[in-house]
Amino acid sequence: MADELKDKIREYVVDEYVEEGEDIEVKDDTPLISGGLVDSFSMVSLKLFLETEYSIKIPDERATAEAFDTVNAIAALVREYADA
Amino acid sequence: MVYGTAAREFYQNELVGIRNDGLFKEERYIVTPQGADIEVEFPEGAPVKKVINMCANNYLGLSSHPDVVKAAHDGLKAKGYGMSSVRFICGTQDAHRELERKLTAFLGTEDTLLFASCMDANAAVFEVTLGPEDVVIADRLVHASVIDGIKLCDAQYDSYKHMDMKHLEKKLQQFADKRFRMVATDGVFSMDGDIAPLDEICELADKYDAMVLVDDSHASGFMGKTGRGTHEHCGVVGRVDVITTTMGKALGGASGGCISGRAELVELCRQRARPYLFSNTVAPVVVTASLKVMDIISETTERRDKLEQNTLYFREQMTAAGFDIRPGVHPIVPIMLYNAQLAQDVARDLYEEGIYVIGFFFPVVPKGQARIRVQLSAAHEKEHIDKAIAAFKKIGEKYGILGLGKKEIIDKYGM
Repeated sequence: MADELKDKIREYVVDEYVEEGEDIEVKDDTPLISGGLVDSFSMVSLKLFLETEYSIKIPDERATAEAFDTVNAIAALVREYADA
Repeated sequence: MVYGTAAREFYQNELVGIRNDGLFKEERYIVTPQGADIEVEFPEGAPVKKVINMCANNYLGLSSHPDVVKAAHDGLKAKGYGMSSVRFICGTQDAHRELERKLTAFLGTEDTLLFASCMDANAAVFEVTLGPEDVVIADRLVHASVIDGIKLCDAQYDSYKHMDMKHLEKKLQQFADKRFRMVATDGVFSMDGDIAPLDEICELADKYDAMVLVDDSHASGFMGKTGRGTHEHCGVVGRVDVITTTMGKALGGASGGCISGRAELVELCRQRARPYLFSNTVAPVVVTASLKVMDIISETTERRDKLEQNTLYFREQMTAAGFDIRPGVHPIVPIMLYNAQLAQDVARDLYEEGIYVIGFFFPVVPKGQARIRVQLSAAHEKEHIDKAIAAFKKIGEKYGILGLGKKEIIDKYGM
């Protein structure tokens, strides 16, 4: 079954961070920050998107480079706070 | 003892980590004044070597210009060595205010405030001018000091894809409910020589009621027909609300920076900016030499014209030689090599040939975007540039990269 949450995150990441003309495939485990696609300062827009889209509040201390490094990790974080 | 074994081991391990990641920076000792021809001791203890400097921010060749050096000497005699004070206690000489007035006239703004560096100017400006009700939207490749400045303020932060106006517009729409919107960009981006489309940025700023801040450190003194900067190059003099820039590059190269822009905003920085309030005044000798620089570049465009010619010549010849260079018109010329090891090897071999350049690779530039950044100067004569091109060709042949594009270089050397 397709994972809508992951697809939505992936769609945002591609739209927000992949430059026009760049041939980058974002898989569930593609390292976004440690791989250099998203720098740690630019990930604030991703946090803002997640909080707005899913009506959640991710505390700053949880919004780490590790927690935002893959689509898998981001989805887990969203699920944790959506369930909270 | 406070500095115990645990602390020492921790710092040692950090340094080992930096070395293992290939990120350890080593200083090269230059034993001459800054210029086109310099003498360098590298590595430490090695015999001094004469090389052509192709990696300084000495765009106008004023770092060791005799008139600038003389103005510094004269200033030292007339104004003394230090002021032993911040500006607002007893650290402001008439020369400081004179330099601020000259910078204001040159940049076409309303007022100017000096700082010890542009890094300090950027550390000051966002914190003073923006609060939690506001947003700053920055190009994703802005200089580290702009990012640090933004981190110090309470405003919401977001970024847009490098020079992508559609993405910027989307962000401006997204933050329509904020009290103030400020777009922050470099005028010229230091790693690529890309020139921000300030005309389009100002159009969007007008449309969405936003302020525009430009760090013009790699442009002040030579971009635009009379060298005013990127705002002149793009035809928007008077429309950029805040310019931060440095005297540490084209404008003499010693130190010092400024915030220049809307009068109230600059005055508020004079009242509240922490790097202004709690850091020493710019040294008198730097101020008097900078005044001479302003005179030189206000009287004639000779030096920026020569820089432009040098840049065009180098770019044409290197392209004809088969190097993959990022197109553009700026004296920052990135020679694309893509592979980090290749960039370091080519730089090392060029040094052996008497050409001083540096390889740049991740995290300074994105992964797979390693390059050598050449910077032209008005101090370069045609002979300097020809020697550099000949050396590049020789080393380019050695590594078999002449005539190869991105894909071919990556196929050969990897990312």
